[in-house]
Amino acid sequence: MLKTLKNGLINENPTFVQLLGMCPTLAVTTALKNGIGMGLSVTFVLVLSNMIISLLRKVIPQKIRIAAYVVIIATFVTVVDLVLKAYIPSLSKSLGLFIPLIVVNCIILARAEAFASKNSVLKSMMDGLGMGLGFTVALSIISAVREILGNGTIFDIPLGISTPAIIMILPPGGFLTLGLILGIINVIKARKGEE
Amino acid sequence: MGALIGIALTSIFVQNFVLVKFYGICPFLGVSKKVDTALGMGMAVTFVMTLASIMTTICQKYILVPLKIEYMQTIAFIVIIAALVQFVEMFLQKSIPSLYSSLGIYLPLITTNCAVLGVALLNVRSASVISSAESYTLIEAIVNGFSAGLGFLIAIVLFAGVRERLESSDIPKALQGFPIALISASLLAIAFLGFQGMNF
Repeated sequence: MLKTLKNGLINENPTFVQLLGMCPTLAVTTALKNGIGMGLSVTFVLVLSNMIISLLRKVIPQKIRIAAYVVIIATFVTVVDLVLKAYIPSLSKSLGLFIPLIVVNCIILARAEAFASKNSVLKSMMDGLGMGLGFTVALSIISAVREILGNGTIFDIPLGISTPAIIMILPPGGFLTLGLILGIINVIKARKGEE
Repeated sequence: MGALIGIALTSIFVQNFVLVKFYGICPFLGVSKKVDTALGMGMAVTFVMTLASIMTTICQKYILVPLKIEYMQTIAFIVIIAALVQFVEMFLQKSIPSLYSSLGIYLPLITTNCAVLGVALLNVRSASVISSAESYTLIEAIVNGFSAGLGFLIAIVLFAGVRERLESSDIPKALQGFPIALISASLLAIAFLGFQGMNF
């Protein structure tokens, strides 16, 4: 059970290893709280959609499974969208269209197809939790780097950096940060391989 | 007319769907290794985005709003888009087989392209310029869908051109492959930042 969790967090991290769900990864990571908000929303949808899909895996006909998955996922995304709008309007506003766009996040459909449709309910939920947390951690790292360098703050608390590099919170900074983090991961992997 | 041109130029350049708004990053990074496949993907996306804009705007205006079930928006739109992509695939296969075979593999992938759902949601959430309506009118939605698709096409073809050159360049080992592609995309995005602040 814990192995499934660790698998999602590190070995098969959806963002850094599988490179899935790139749109929200790059778009909302301008501030740490947006990154965490997005990560937790996706985790919620992943756990619940994995649960329902796993429960229904013997009922859903093979031919229309993708359509059925998409409708199940869209239902939970609508729940998240409405809840955020009602209780955390500021977060809902800064994440904008990327909340409803969780529907087409490839991580969720990939886990439904590759894991939840073949495994038991509890295992599928653990897999959803692991993948969701892996995504959250990845988004937190990227958004922390971008917020510190681009805005000179962390969680909106000023760090006393006099001239932040605004480019880091603009679109190019998103591509650049992710590219460099992947490069650093490659270096670490190569070092480990040598030892 | 001027308002429509404004919408078009904004969607293509100032608010480029890929490089400024980050919609459709998956196909942008996934199928941009060669210029001609990128061109095929870009054309397929433009086509589907235009059709999706028409269908979802009609659905919003004549089904969801009169029945007061706007909260079903996300579910309704994704079902429309999935069905649309399926129909386009079947139609092209029967009537224009040459185009079908050149787009073939990319068509089903478009359902999960967030640019398509993105433009559909954006159409019903942006205030109309022409009339006093709260969402784009049908004609504005069509122009917006088509030009957003064109913006995607331009971005992915430019990027594929850059990546073809990268193949033969000497790149540090740790940055080979995906990291250097992202860094080049970053430079391309800086170029598109030049359009920022333009108002039409």
